[in-house]
Amino acid sequence: MTYVLTGEDKPLTGFGALRAAVSSLDPRMRIVMTVIYAITVVALDDLRVLSGALILSMWLLAISGLPFQKTLKRMAMMDGFIIFTLILLPFTMPGTPMFSVFGFDATWEGLWRATEIALTANAVILAVMTLVGSMEPVTMGHALFALKTPERLVHLMMFTIRYIDVLREEYLRLRTSMKLRGFRPGTNWHTYRSYGYLVGMMLVRAIERSERILAAMKCRGFSGRIVLLEEFRLTRTDVMFAGAMVLALAALIWAEVAYAAA
Amino acid sequence: MHIVDGALSNPVLLGGAALAVGGIAMGLKKLPLERIPAAGVLSASFFVASLIHVPIGPSSVHLILNGLAGLVLGWAAFPALFVGLLLQAVFFGFGGLTVLGVNAVNIAGPAVLAGLIFGRLVARGSPMQGAIWGGLGGGFAIAATTLAVAFSLALSGDEFIPAAKLVFVAHIPVIVIEALLSGAAIFLARRVKPELFAGSKGGWT
Repeated sequence: MTYVLTGEDKPLTGFGALRAAVSSLDPRMRIVMTVIYAITVVALDDLRVLSGALILSMWLLAISGLPFQKTLKRMAMMDGFIIFTLILLPFTMPGTPMFSVFGFDATWEGLWRATEIALTANAVILAVMTLVGSMEPVTMGHALFALKTPERLVHLMMFTIRYIDVLREEYLRLRTSMKLRGFRPGTNWHTYRSYGYLVGMMLVRAIERSERILAAMKCRGFSGRIVLLEEFRLTRTDVMFAGAMVLALAALIWAEVAYAAA
Repeated sequence: MHIVDGALSNPVLLGGAALAVGGIAMGLKKLPLERIPAAGVLSASFFVASLIHVPIGPSSVHLILNGLAGLVLGWAAFPALFVGLLLQAVFFGFGGLTVLGVNAVNIAGPAVLAGLIFGRLVARGSPMQGAIWGGLGGGFAIAATTLAVAFSLALSGDEFIPAAKLVFVAHIPVIVIEALLSGAAIFLARRVKPELFAGSKGGWT
């Protein structure tokens, strides 16, 4: 699925399958550990400890075998979205002034708060992308089901994953035909109406497609059960990995408490 | 519109998560097995639509279309948009994990609300009337989302209030564009496939 956004070539194995070293670990364990990791890191406040968390996430990325640059680039894209809020923070938080721009005082407290948010956000999203994002989306669905996620929600997710790609191709076909008819987007009513019609047409085609899908599924006796293609098994490596993660998190919490007391 | 991990306070995160669980449960309850393929394919099309960039002056904005999702899907928009947010966080790195609940409430909440308020109006009358109500619904949802984002930031700390105000002002053009686009989309859908809408008779929900 990743190529939907990045415009890369389609992987042959289907959706964004990345051959990563972490792929051999139990997907259920990876999901659970990621959630525990995220909750722990969000609870941390000390900048030194949060830097430690970011280093831990980097280390996860390093052992995962994911392409280093590409993953970091994607993380930087998220930073692009939050940068404005972060830049504003030093000016809006009361505290000791650092310097002033056009009469607005920037404070140290605000700068620390902004750094704290940036470190937390990056550490968590990097861990999420390496541990869970490296899964085949279908595997993620099955793992979530094995972790007692409601069956219908998993079905809905699997359908979404399956058809994002199909519908994107449909979207590109519609865009091509618009281009062939000389459509050039600009800031005008014609553009917005045409985009609206484009979205409307996509919805109409989507609902018609879903009617065909339902007919095909009924024909094959679909009953709403999720059939798991592989059985997840917790191996010794999984337990060791989880143990190492828990130890690392315990160390982070210990450091936070120690710094807070100091 | 995504809030990232680390910005919000714990009570806001917990409140968001609890509301999101409720919304998903409610949405799934209104989604019989027969309708899952339709909801899934529509959820995927809203995901793809959110990748469209629409020009505005020298810049461009990407669509959210949560109002349109609510008008078409009704309550099912909640789990559908939640799935979209989950996939974006996990595979694209947009948003975060602990804020998933808050983000879902901020985006899917207004969608469901738009569906409840404008859903029937959109399916009634002439296509043009439907389009006008749809445009209002689309604008309403995105405005409510912006307010909800601002509200969740402001609840977490006073230092965010200026940023929250700025977010709202900066999104006024987006609100207008989403309203125009939703209206046009509904105008076309009403003429081609009137049964698309959740509020219509013999509709898919």
